[in-house]
Amino acid sequence: MTPPVTTSAETQAMIDDVLSAYPPKVEKDRHKHVKPNDQSGGKECEVKSNVKSRPGIMTMRGCAYAGSKGVVWGPIKDLISISHGPVGCGQYTWGTRRNYANGQLGIDNFTVMQITSDFQEKDIVFGGDKKLAAILDELVEVFPLAKGVSVQSECPIGLIGDDIDAVSNEGTKRLGLPVVPVKCEGFRGISQSLGHHIANDAIRDHMLGSRELPEQTPYDITLLGDYNIGGDAWASRKILEDMGLRVIAQWSGDGTVNEMATAHLAKLNVLHCYRSMNYIATTMEERYGTPWMEFNFFGPTKIVESMRKIAEFFDDTIKEKTEAAIASYQAFFDKVHETYRHRLEGKTVMLAVGGLRPRHTVGAYEDLGMEVIGTGYEFGHKDDYTRSYPELKQGIVVYDDPTAYEMEEFARRLKPDLIGAGIKEKYVSHKMRTPFRQMHSWDYSGPYHGVDGFAIFARDMDSAVNSPTWNLFDAPWASAKKG
Amino acid sequence: MRQLAFYGKGGIGKSTTQQNTMAALAERGNRVMIVGCDPKADSTRLILHSKAQHTVIEKAAEKGSVEDLELEEVLLEGAWNIRCVESGGPEPGVGCAGRGVITAITFLEENGAYEDLDFVTYDVLGDVVCGGFAMPIRQGKAQEIYIVTSGEMMAMYAANNIARGILKYAHSGGVRLGGLICNSRQTDREDELIIELARRLNTQMIHFVPRDNIVQHAELRRMTVIEYSPEADQANEYRELARKIEENDMKTIPTPISMDELEELLIDFGIMEQEDETIVGQKAASTVGA
Repeated sequence: MTPPVTTSAETQAMIDDVLSAYPPKVEKDRHKHVKPNDQSGGKECEVKSNVKSRPGIMTMRGCAYAGSKGVVWGPIKDLISISHGPVGCGQYTWGTRRNYANGQLGIDNFTVMQITSDFQEKDIVFGGDKKLAAILDELVEVFPLAKGVSVQSECPIGLIGDDIDAVSNEGTKRLGLPVVPVKCEGFRGISQSLGHHIANDAIRDHMLGSRELPEQTPYDITLLGDYNIGGDAWASRKILEDMGLRVIAQWSGDGTVNEMATAHLAKLNVLHCYRSMNYIATTMEERYGTPWMEFNFFGPTKIVESMRKIAEFFDDTIKEKTEAAIASYQAFFDKVHETYRHRLEGKTVMLAVGGLRPRHTVGAYEDLGMEVIGTGYEFGHKDDYTRSYPELKQGIVVYDDPTAYEMEEFARRLKPDLIGAGIKEKYVSHKMRTPFRQMHSWDYSGPYHGVDGFAIFARDMDSAVNSPTWNLFDAPWASAKKG
Repeated sequence: MRQLAFYGKGGIGKSTTQQNTMAALAERGNRVMIVGCDPKADSTRLILHSKAQHTVIEKAAEKGSVEDLELEEVLLEGAWNIRCVESGGPEPGVGCAGRGVITAITFLEENGAYEDLDFVTYDVLGDVVCGGFAMPIRQGKAQEIYIVTSGEMMAMYAANNIARGILKYAHSGGVRLGGLICNSRQTDREDELIIELARRLNTQMIHFVPRDNIVQHAELRRMTVIEYSPEADQANEYRELARKIEENDMKTIPTPISMDELEELLIDFGIMEQEDETIVGQKAASTVGA
């Protein structure tokens, strides 16, 4: 079955209809954020992004603290990130990112621990600087193998104006390991995106370029913007190593303090999530002249394309190894195709994810014969959309910071075979009897990156789309009607 | 670039002293920026000849968020090309003024407002009531504090309290006390008293600014004395203060004194009378039925 081709005019009519339910001011505003895709990136279809969400509508976005602690700093395994402030921010985001890391939990791996300064009334009134200093001392005593600490500010810290810079500076001197203050209060900015930026700036100011490596090779690279969700970075690293490259730093999935401090020695930075780490890539380019390039390891087409693009930067040795690696993957890719493609051919997908997956996963779906018929970013910026237009089919609906209502209405009208979004969308989708995959944390699965990841991605999409479950029940109200 | 901050009791004349001194520094060829850190936003009016300039916080609220703000919208140039910024803040009784100061200074730093300058000064409201108002004296910000005071009791209390705040940050951030500026209220033996207070605080009275009505005349025209009447004696007083600040090499960690010690000092100078402990807690003698 081939999905019906939607024209831009049809999509526009659908958008008009869905948005007409809003009050006029909101309707006008949302029209700027929801457009039919124009592959040529024409002005008319440019999607407005990175502005404050409309009050009163349910957004998928997170906050700056989520962007800094949850995304960038949290995955560094031998560093303790303190959720500095009242207990809630750390507690209710505990363990939700699934960024895997090797090591012994609580010994030399602290990724899954929730460490908070647990602010009380008196800490707000009298300030929490002394408490923070005491916590730093306790942490090194309890966790002697910790290689660093980051102080992730929650909202109240920025309000009462605690001087976490000074406490961290003193801590660095006193404890002999980097203590990094990160001013990522949740009220700063309009989504988690500013948190990524603040986190990158903190790496720049406190970690970058601070250590040397005993030896260097001409093939040293870093893997930036891979957070090792369900093991993604491991799968990506395998490919890079098959190409003959030496990955000297993984940022930040399964990464270490030492890798943060030595990454400036790379000959090339390869960047998966542009949105959350372009800042540090640009900094390294300016400061050390390190070139960087974006790549995409979702699905065979993009993997092969990216491998060749990266290999272009190096000599023939690498190019030959790259071709050999590509050839060696082919049988595996064929097997995945053979197993899943006929089960997924022509199925349609609607996506709404964070900073790169709304465009990066499109190729992987297409490799399986599926088609993305609607996509959008939670917190993308203009440059993300510019990169997306050519990757998407002409005329499909593109929505920025989509609201719960819009997602639901587009799903009703487009009747996708699969929705890929976050946890807040999951159960709505299930109630609509539409198969769903959680595309932030891979729904307890993964990896989806790399060669190994493609097989898992294909299996998961198949088991969601073709699950017989969805035909076995009606929603309670629907079965009540049937009598 | 040197960064200074002026502190002192409310109403002591911080903003006036600062703007006149900065005008004199700029007149000497220095490139100067004034950062007002008071929600009242009255730290730059004499330089700009305006009532109150648009503040960072006000503009950010108008635009939606501080990330949408451009530096040119909040940084104005006044007399002698002095750059002026007001952090601004909420009306009394609502919101968080301290955060306003943090937001404004962070914005200025991130947007390159500190380039090509010789002097930056922060004009901070009377009391360091929370962490936000201490922002200007943290590491990497103002490293020299000048306390504006007078021979009045409360002004000296305030000066001693500010010295305590500086002491706290002297160890964490490296801030130093540059001196006391006596903004005369024509109290008895005022100069001697402030010199003595300065000695006990381990600092100096950097200048004694006499009282002169010409300051008020200039203020009515929203001008500094330096600009309003360059030949006036008072203008020369501010020029002298500016010169002393420019050449100041006495920057110390203050030694705040105890309340008892301060009160003794005031008694010695006849500002306060010896307390009679025997009357504490005693009601007025009853006259009924006498």
